Amino acid sequence: MPAREYIRERFFPHIWCPGCGHGIVLNGLVRAIENIGLKKNDIVMVSGIGCSSRIAGYMDFHTLHTIHGRALAFAIGVKMSRPDLTLLVPMGDGDALSIGGNHFIHACRRNIDMTAIVMNNRVYGMTGGQYSPLSGYGTMATTAPYTNIDQAFDVVSMATAAGATFVARATAYHVQQLPGILEEAIRHKGFSVVEVMTPCPTYFGRKNKEGSAVDMMENLKTRTTPIGSKAKQENPSLIERGIFVKKELPEYCAEYQRIVERAMKGK
Amino acid sequence: MGGELKFVQGNEACVKAALYAGLDFFAGYPITPSTEIAELMAARLPRKGGTFMQMEDEIASICAIIGASLTGRKVMTATSGPGFSLMQEGLGYAIMAEIPCVIVDVQRGGPSTGLPTKVSQGDVNQARWGVHGDHAIVALTASNHQDIFSITVDAFNFSETYRTPVILLFDEVIAHMRERLKVPEPGEIALVERLKTSVKEGVDYHPYLQREDGRLPMSDFGGVHRYNVTGLFHDMWGFPSENPTVVHELLRHLTDKIDNHVEKMTRYREYFIEDAEMLLISYGSSARSALHLVTDRRQHGESVGLLELQTLWPFPSALVREKTRNARYVVVVEMNMGQVLQSVKASVERPERVFLANRVDGVLITPADIRNILRLIQGKGV
Repeated sequence: MPAREYIRERFFPHIWCPGCGHGIVLNGLVRAIENIGLKKNDIVMVSGIGCSSRIAGYMDFHTLHTIHGRALAFAIGVKMSRPDLTLLVPMGDGDALSIGGNHFIHACRRNIDMTAIVMNNRVYGMTGGQYSPLSGYGTMATTAPYTNIDQAFDVVSMATAAGATFVARATAYHVQQLPGILEEAIRHKGFSVVEVMTPCPTYFGRKNKEGSAVDMMENLKTRTTPIGSKAKQENPSLIERGIFVKKELPEYCAEYQRIVERAMKGK
Repeated sequence: MGGELKFVQGNEACVKAALYAGLDFFAGYPITPSTEIAELMAARLPRKGGTFMQMEDEIASICAIIGASLTGRKVMTATSGPGFSLMQEGLGYAIMAEIPCVIVDVQRGGPSTGLPTKVSQGDVNQARWGVHGDHAIVALTASNHQDIFSITVDAFNFSETYRTPVILLFDEVIAHMRERLKVPEPGEIALVERLKTSVKEGVDYHPYLQREDGRLPMSDFGGVHRYNVTGLFHDMWGFPSENPTVVHELLRHLTDKIDNHVEKMTRYREYFIEDAEMLLISYGSSARSALHLVTDRRQHGESVGLLELQTLWPFPSALVREKTRNARYVVVVEMNMGQVLQSVKASVERPERVFLANRVDGVLITPADIRNILRLIQGKGV
């Protein structure tokens, strides 16, 4: 199926700013889904609130645009009722890890089969440039005019510690690798987390003097490196990308089915 | 009809009724005094192939049931005051997106952590206005286990009929006390099932386009129709809209679909009210004390009556106005600072004859408490 068949073309052009990386994530998702050959009727996309969450409106699946931070909780209700459906949950960094942090770690812990995509632009964009839990110490934001003293989460470490069975990091620059990583995440039977570093030139970039959208793309290239690369050994400040965790553990819906069987047998 | 006889807690009567009504998905979080509902669901739902989930908090609980409802399930969660506060945003979402679901709030003393194990009826107005923005809401209650059963089935039926969340406002006394329950036979109480769209695959389906009777046929998530659901104001396809006409019409629809059917949703009981000079109005466990007192005073020849409300929202103003017309005194008996009192005063002619008989110390109001207040109202002294 041509890629455009997966989108709701009548809503384009999208709302994202020039230079924003979110459209690249949308593109990566469409290609991953196309490669897997999923039917549109079998996909439910659940999103929260923020720039990134508007992605659901553009995709021609069953789409559930929910409330801030709670996308995973809604998604769990859908998945537990219809384990046969494929659940995709795109979220922003503030959505997933600030207001939605509790739901995020518990979804990781349960290992329920769905794919959480954290579109990390290190800022609250929709509200105009406030610092997020991913902005990091020393950054500037409209709510940190004298610099941010909050330390950042590391999405990968956090998801790993919380028990996610597939954890990866990609960027909007490495556009050739993104569909492959998303495809592997969607195919994985369990809770998958993919952090996608995406640039927000409008707010994060401007506040932190990161230059143009092109400069920010260049940063994604120069500040990241494949997992375990020689470059990382020489320069520990580089951010690794690739698949960090991929392991098999009992999946939640399958486990619940066993509970039903036990209950029906009366033991 | 020869139903099964049980001696159960109110919480268990609610669970039995929910299963009778066809519940097949429950998500919740432990909180006194509602926890027995979750425990019983955990044991019983899997036996019929249903889903029980203990979520990480009450916010996740209401979100999960909304997600499950969209796939066609009948869903419920149960909580108490603090958890009910946390659920308000999800509740507003269910109102806006018109998702059928049932939320049980077993009331305890508040505000805040309050009195976890003690009785109160302090959440009546939170049920009405806990959600931000203009909206309508359905909230039901009961004073005995047989009525808990039937009103719980009503809650599911209303939620399906009007595509709306319905709140069951029970209280600690009614939830924890045990009494007889006759479980109706299957079919004895009519059940309303989800109204599904007849629109065929490939034909444009409008999830938010009303039929002539005002109802909105649904299509299950995962079915042949792909559409959008959002908490934003939205058009008939479910896509966000800021068009003033669309916004106005949706808000009117959300309020009118409840407010125009008050009579159909009004449930109540009445005792000795024909010639009652002194009319008590009560609900939930305080109505038990009120009924005891009324029955007792009738035996002493006093013209006292009781109107027991089971539908608290939408408030049955017309009913209350009619039933109170001939009473010299109207006394609202409740365990809060006068939450239903306000609605009664707003509904009746001559509101200056409406008084409050309340108790707000975590102890069930007794017939003696009510009698003392009645004597004060009548100028007789205690």
